[in-house]
Amino acid sequence: MGLSEELVLPISRPSKGASGRTGVWRVFKPVIDLQKCVKCWQCWLLCPEETILADDVPKVDYDYCKGCGVCAKVCPTKAITMVEERE
Amino acid sequence: MPLTVKDLMKMEGAYLPGSAACPGCGLSLSFRIASRVLGKNTVYVVPACCFSVVQSPMPLTSIKAPLLNIAFAAAAAAASGIKRAYETLNKDINVVVWAGDGGTADIGLQALSGAAERNENIIYVCYDNEAYMNTGIQRSGATPRGAWTRTTLKGKEEPKKNVPMIVAAHKAPYVATASVGYPFDLIRKFEKALSIKGFRYIHLLSPCPPGWGIDSSTTVEIAKLATDTYFFPLYEVENGKLRITVKPPKRRPLKDYLSVQGRFRHLSDEEIERMEKEAINWWNHLLEMEKMESIL
Ligand code: SF4
Ligand code: SF4
Ligand code: SF4
Repeated sequence: MGLSEELVLPISRPSKGASGRTGVWRVFKPVIDLQKCVKCWQCWLLCPEETILADDVPKVDYDYCKGCGVCAKVCPTKAITMVEERE
Repeated sequence: MPLTVKDLMKMEGAYLPGSAACPGCGLSLSFRIASRVLGKNTVYVVPACCFSVVQSPMPLTSIKAPLLNIAFAAAAAAASGIKRAYETLNKDINVVVWAGDGGTADIGLQALSGAAERNENIIYVCYDNEAYMNTGIQRSGATPRGAWTRTTLKGKEEPKKNVPMIVAAHKAPYVATASVGYPFDLIRKFEKALSIKGFRYIHLLSPCPPGWGIDSSTTVEIAKLATDTYFFPLYEVENGKLRITVKPPKRRPLKDYLSVQGRFRHLSDEEIERMEKEAINWWNHLLEMEKMESIL
């Protein structure tokens, strides 16, 4: 117990959602049409937020996806559509 | 064998979802990809820049790796010390600076030059969003000519400082430019940097939706256009030997790149023509340098 209780070291711990549930930032949400998906994984590779989950098929992590739309832009088969969020 | 998407999926990255980065941030995208290649055996050093903010506020962080935040001018110096300490302890750990263009081209340039000249055994990455973005878009030495920022309201008059060539002039063993527009070129350059000893420098063009006035969905597309218009050529210099790593089959007009960005919207056709000439000139220089045994 060498360090005194009052001493606060400026060290942060890694955590998902360290800036909150960033999914609430979204204005448009990506919706994947698995009929059109050819599993090329471009969406996974180029999502800036690490919110395409690589299961058997690509899935969006809506808790944190910020709705940037990069995945929809890079999908070669246009399997991803950006749909407006509703309350 | 070059890495494939499937390989990358199996590799653990250091970026966790839910960070403070703006939607479509080129910095988070390139860090997400590069941290997979750099692997778990890596320590990061970050000067003041967007990345300091992107990590999220204390006591949490979106970066799952040991990371030291340090003063603007000090990243390359701190990384040099950390690497030497590990070497003294016989620990083989990659020490990687991940700095913005302000902390590289302006405020951190002397520490960067010092570390390059001493050939410190570190990797220095500059993610270049071409201005001081997290403080509200002020021009940096890396802002290109013509670009609007809050301190260059009519467009910057001076040309972009050519940092990769400044570092190459130190005879660093490896210098490269890269961007998320050509992700597999970027991945290969990080792999290559890992395989080389000594000072390695990678300059990443990093599209920034709020700072560039672009739609957040176009980050990858615009990074690719930067290369396809010769505005940001992708090349590497290995022990003085220069190689252009991406040669677009047909050059796209520079207007295609500039007209989709708010920061260039005020430019006249003459100004665009002048910038296009500059870009083609630099490309031709690179072609000439590629023919040489060594550019140094
Ligand atoms: S919209 Fe953006 S953040 Fe959301 S999954 Fe697609 S690329 Fe990722
Ligand atoms: S980019 Fe499109 S086709 Fe490729 S995996 Fe994603 S959704 Fe499927
Ligand atoms: S201001 Fe630009 S570089 Fe900084 S976090 Fe936002 S998108 Fe990324």
